[in-house]
Amino acid sequence: MKLIFEKSVTGRKGLKFPALDVPATAQLPKACLRQDDARLPEVSELDVVRHFTQLSQRNFSVDANFYPLGSCTMKYNPKFTEKVAAMPGFADLHPLLPQLKGGEKYTQGALEVLYESERWLCEITGMKAMTMQPLAGAHGELTGIMLMAAYHKAKGNTHKKYVIIPDSAHGTNPASAAVAGYEIISVPSDKKGVIDLAKLKAVVNEETAGLMMTCPDTHGVFNGQIDEVSKLIHSVDGIMYYDGANLNAILGRCRPGDVGFDVVHLNLHKTFATPHGGGGPGSGPVGVGERLEKFLPISRVIRRSDGMYALNYDYPDSIGYIASFYGAFGVILKAYAYMLLLGCEGLKQTTDHAVLNANYLLHRLKGHYQVAFDRICMHECLFSASRQLERGVHAIDIAKFLIDQNIHPPTVYFPLTVKEAIMVEPTETESKETLDTFAEAMIRADELSKTDPHAFHALPKTMPISRPDETKAAREVKVNFFAQSV
Amino acid sequence: MLGVIGAPSIDALFADIPHHLRPRSFQLPEGLSEYEVMRRMNALALKNSVGPVPFIGGGYYDHYVPAACQALISRGEFYTAYTPYQPEAAQGTLQALFEFQSSICTLTGMDVANASLYEGGTALYEAMMMAIRVTGRQKIVMDSGVSPIYRKLIKSYTHNLNFEFVETPVVHGRADRAAIVKLLDNKTAAVILQNPNFFGAIDDHSDIVAKAHAAGALVIESVYPVALGLLKSPGEMGVDITTGEGQSLGLPLSFGGPYLGFMATRKKLIRQMPGRLVGETVDGEGRRCFVNTLQAREQHIRREKATSNICTNVALCATQAAIFMALVGREGLKEMARLNLEKAEFMKAELSKIQGVEVKRSAPTFNEFTVRLSKNVNDVIEAMMLKGFAAGFPLGRYYPGMDDYLLVAVTEKRTRDEILAYTKALAEVLR
Repeated sequence: MKLIFEKSVTGRKGLKFPALDVPATAQLPKACLRQDDARLPEVSELDVVRHFTQLSQRNFSVDANFYPLGSCTMKYNPKFTEKVAAMPGFADLHPLLPQLKGGEKYTQGALEVLYESERWLCEITGMKAMTMQPLAGAHGELTGIMLMAAYHKAKGNTHKKYVIIPDSAHGTNPASAAVAGYEIISVPSDKKGVIDLAKLKAVVNEETAGLMMTCPDTHGVFNGQIDEVSKLIHSVDGIMYYDGANLNAILGRCRPGDVGFDVVHLNLHKTFATPHGGGGPGSGPVGVGERLEKFLPISRVIRRSDGMYALNYDYPDSIGYIASFYGAFGVILKAYAYMLLLGCEGLKQTTDHAVLNANYLLHRLKGHYQVAFDRICMHECLFSASRQLERGVHAIDIAKFLIDQNIHPPTVYFPLTVKEAIMVEPTETESKETLDTFAEAMIRADELSKTDPHAFHALPKTMPISRPDETKAAREVKVNFFAQSV
Repeated sequence: MLGVIGAPSIDALFADIPHHLRPRSFQLPEGLSEYEVMRRMNALALKNSVGPVPFIGGGYYDHYVPAACQALISRGEFYTAYTPYQPEAAQGTLQALFEFQSSICTLTGMDVANASLYEGGTALYEAMMMAIRVTGRQKIVMDSGVSPIYRKLIKSYTHNLNFEFVETPVVHGRADRAAIVKLLDNKTAAVILQNPNFFGAIDDHSDIVAKAHAAGALVIESVYPVALGLLKSPGEMGVDITTGEGQSLGLPLSFGGPYLGFMATRKKLIRQMPGRLVGETVDGEGRRCFVNTLQAREQHIRREKATSNICTNVALCATQAAIFMALVGREGLKEMARLNLEKAEFMKAELSKIQGVEVKRSAPTFNEFTVRLSKNVNDVIEAMMLKGFAAGFPLGRYYPGMDDYLLVAVTEKRTRDEILAYTKALAEVLR
């Protein structure tokens, strides 16, 4: 398909501006002006609409396809929340308005949404206080690790050097801890799929700043000894960090705050049904227990005794600003509306059905694919394509087979701890019929691996493109239409 | 389904969670119908007042968002997809992001751009970290004309790291050349500048770039994309890394987010760049297509050795900006910039006629400018609000000693009548 720049025709315009209604008097120094125009396309509105509509049709999406991408919680995003975020009273609100004198009273509705979202999420996670500011999961992680660092600094824990992270963790965990200045110790998992307690004990010492983990972890297994892990980390004054990537597995069934976690981040774009946007915007609120509360970023939203909401900056121990404003507000609105819709029982049912769906797929497929950990799973089930590999068929081949079945593939090759990993997260919003269709497609892929393993290499066949040459993309880097390859 | 699983109940599936780890509390209101939630959210939206005519900027502007922008990104095929891990099933997102990167490159005059970062402030922080990696140096010279919001943010991120920060003053509205040059040495990783700066003043930073390069330091410039319709681009100045807030490219103000951070740089620095990059390649049949590329920089491959911890960015906002830049187009961007500039100049002229207002004219400005008032700025803002105007931003909030100063922004949306009404109201307030 052509690029929009290749459809450009000199003089064509896609948007009409108002006529200048004031005298043209401005004279800028020539040295400050650009010599060459930005070569943006010259196209009509219809050109743009047709171009991007056709582009959209070259995407798989939750709206059009089953999308069981493990660890990403690709649940259905209710349509009404889009309308909520577009309400002019929210969409047109300037973020600096509440910072003006007397400005807070013009933003009471927005501040109430932030305040109430914090309260809901505190109750859901068992944490004492929350900041809505972090703009994605990894941003929440970095915020959480900064809170950890502030805690140790305030206590004079100058010897804290290491953050412990299970080997099954997302890459963002070690990356976030490293960005905040810590060194990483990786601990393997045991046969059950959870962090190996004996090996963990061997590395925990006075230099341990804290531990970061998901629970259930990325193996889809709940760690029934999580309180033991907490006690161990707390015994050296370490901080327990909960990565909320997998919170969809435990709503109403377990709260991180109750089992010893000191800080959590949530992914509103996972658990709370806000759209993933092709790779964001997300939202990664961070909750803390009592020990870390005073370090939370500013500003914080408070409710005054007269019922008015306000921004408060007066927290001398705060780590400071971590975002320009109050968070991905448009995303937070959608999550808040989703929580109001579901309510207490609805949120619990979310988890119940997510776990039911994952276990159902686990059992439908365990005769055909190697199961990574043969036990009850939580909201996602983890397979290995090791049997298929014996026939020369990789996890990625199975992924491409599924694309031709109109199904978005599960996550493949993650977690790194499982060879040829296929990680399936169906979510609660999918019906039994959809799960059966998926299971049957997976079974057909297994059968094909026995009868004609070479057939996979030509897949997918039904897409606008076949498999791309990724090596060429990395060797002859071209990321800009206007420039030669780098 | 339970029969297939062989479990007696859903509860049995949670057997791994021991009793003593069950929630101590889960007290939440019961759910509502969709209509009830809409009604409640609408009531909350109405508690916000978007009534006052906005003359506030501070890096975030009330530009017109064309209907086609919202309509196109409201397609479920865009907004309910995720990171394009399977390129065959994500050419829509990938090509849109490639077009975004290309538009940012031509706008900024740079070689390469990434597929977005969270927002303008975190993008600037990432650029600073990139400069530290590239140079192996740890001293940062930052002009105070850089948004104080961004500067505060960078300071919190680096609080625990051993970097040296020096801030240089703004003199006559612009970056202080002498102060910057004096600080340049063989420890300096980067000079950080902004154009237009927080006071709205525009500048040609070419001379600073030359001096910084002579000292082996990089120059990072944060820019306002709409202004680049007219202003000398960072590429033309020789800047090494440019970042900015893309909210002005077709995104609503939305009380602070989601916004759009962008970053562009020289081709030789591409491997040190953070964030997703979409690259062109071919498929098995030789057809042009797009993939995520140079992923060896990223956290899901490199883990703690990655160039950044960023994973999810703001792909949908980048798509929205790509659509906006296509709609506005080559001539439209110039026209839009010209409208912003002329209206602001008109307003400066009108405000100069009022007793009690001194329009600062030491440096040329784009669509935002500084005025000094004869009365307490915060009181003036409050009084103007009652007259139906968000009058501007009080500079004293971030700049000690500037309690009398107000920062006023004008966009293409402000009409002559609104500007004259504001002027009249301000004259009354100051009387």
